[in-house]
Amino acid sequence: MPEYLVRLVQVHESFRKAELQALADVAGIKIDFISYDEDSPFCVVGLPSDNAARTMISRGILSHGIYELWGEGSTYDNLHASVRKRSSEKWSLYHEIPFRFTLDSFRGSRKPADQRGIVDSFSYLGFMGPIRMKEAEVSFKVFEDYDNKASEPKHLYLGRFIGESGRQAKTTYDLKKRHYISTTSMDAELALLTANIALAATGKLFYDPFMGTGGFPIACAHFGALVTGSDIDGRSIRGTGGSARKGQTGKYDVAGNFKQYGTESHYLGAFISDLTNTPLRGLILGSEHGGYLDGIICDPPYGIREGLKVLGPREQLGEVERATHRDRYKEPTYIPPKRPYSFIAMLDDILAFAASTLVENGRLSMWMPTANDDDIELIIPTHPCLEIASVCVQPFNKWSRRLLTYRRLPDSEVSQEALLLAKKEYDKGVKADDLNAFRRKYFEGFKEYQRLQEAARATNDIVPEDTNT
Amino acid sequence: MKLLTLNFLTCAIKSCKSSPASFPLHPRDATLEIIESDLNLAFLRNILPRLMWSELCTITRELGLPALPETVPTGEDMVEKKEGEEEVASQTAKDLHRVLLETGIREGGLVCGNCGHEYKVLEGVGNFLLPGHLV
Repeated sequence: MPEYLVRLVQVHESFRKAELQALADVAGIKIDFISYDEDSPFCVVGLPSDNAARTMISRGILSHGIYELWGEGSTYDNLHASVRKRSSEKWSLYHEIPFRFTLDSFRGSRKPADQRGIVDSFSYLGFMGPIRMKEAEVSFKVFEDYDNKASEPKHLYLGRFIGESGRQAKTTYDLKKRHYISTTSMDAELALLTANIALAATGKLFYDPFMGTGGFPIACAHFGALVTGSDIDGRSIRGTGGSARKGQTGKYDVAGNFKQYGTESHYLGAFISDLTNTPLRGLILGSEHGGYLDGIICDPPYGIREGLKVLGPREQLGEVERATHRDRYKEPTYIPPKRPYSFIAMLDDILAFAASTLVENGRLSMWMPTANDDDIELIIPTHPCLEIASVCVQPFNKWSRRLLTYRRLPDSEVSQEALLLAKKEYDKGVKADDLNAFRRKYFEGFKEYQRLQEAARATNDIVPEDTNT
Repeated sequence: MKLLTLNFLTCAIKSCKSSPASFPLHPRDATLEIIESDLNLAFLRNILPRLMWSELCTITRELGLPALPETVPTGEDMVEKKEGEEEVASQTAKDLHRVLLETGIREGGLVCGNCGHEYKVLEGVGNFLLPGHLV
């Protein structure tokens, strides 16, 4: 297979490979990873054709573009030798065409005179066409990869430009310019990335059970999926609570956000519901009807900024109270009681819900927070019908959150015994802290982590920056 | 609430879910609205096999909408292809798009056929939260 160079961005490193794999999957293209390093923005992949490369990268968020690889090497001598060996038969195709030749140095720089010298050293390619910095028909780039503060690059590539990524969507969907957001809206770049990893695409149906102001559905609609969502708080959907922006007046709602981006045809509307008591139909026993959602993406409430609640009274209702609820629930001012819930139980509910509503090979992508002090192996929730597809980590100072992506296995691959064993007894506490270990640690300021660091300092041990990786 | 979503919604009460009578929810005193949108052939083709067709017909009948075909149309029914021309959406596809993706309930109620509980729809947003005594 021809080799291509992907120019990645050097942020959210652990998401990049998962995104490239997802981009290939959604386009039905086979991708081979030839070289990839978390510390480098250059990734070499094998792809079937230029068209496949162009299609694939066009919706990439964590990349700038893709290039046909003409050569690589650790020094310029090696690079020139590699270019002669790999691509000499292609040179003549570009001899008469208007072209552009530039340099891209990562973590390093070259003076203009040196840049010119580098470009001139490729004169043996024999390009006679006019040089056009704008609207060139073919564009070449020399890539230099430096170590931090190094004076000479450690690796070099020459590539012919094939296609640009879809990274400009990050600016289009920037939260700063969105009319209606809330305190927990997901950053546009990460929301688009999540939609990519969950394989949102034209013709598919996506659902977000904790939609809030609709950040994830908006991202999925950008990639052509039809979307719906729900939230336990109807005010966030209807938007009567006003806007998070200072100085904005009038009614901003989720539908308004879709109008802002011109994707209102992709919005199926939303409803108010609780995931644990969801009104969406699951698998109906004895029926040929399987799942119907192509993807579920969500950022469940962690119980810190947004309370973690499910429907139901805190205490068992007595006869009199039951009667009161029964008499009053039709009144417009009635508010159904809610109680705190266990985060682990909520994650299990999400998995169970996904298992019964996703189509075969449909994806569930959900965010999950973890404290960085856990020295025990991190628990990734599992379900017999779901296979983990990727785990990506976004580290913060004392905690990190990870994006877990699952694939719904076809029924024929699901173990029936494991399915029976999956029933679990949940925590029965009533206070939020009892139910949510992460919340407790967060409000204790991650003391355990600090204790660990102090103990380490005392014994001169080296503490890893991020104990999660 | 677009009529397509009604094809996925049942009663939120757990004990109702096992009863066939809880699906579909029956509209009561419903005010309908039409919001026009772009016809999406890829989506129609994709969603058709996942619909519960006879239940969809029940709802359109209860709402007094034009009758749908008795049997589920296939993906091929969605397009008309004339010799040497591009595929165009068929009348069946246009009708389905109208019913599933442009027609919605603006105000009204949705009633479970098993327990009789009514869920309210206000300004096009259905409320499926259960009162304290039903959780």
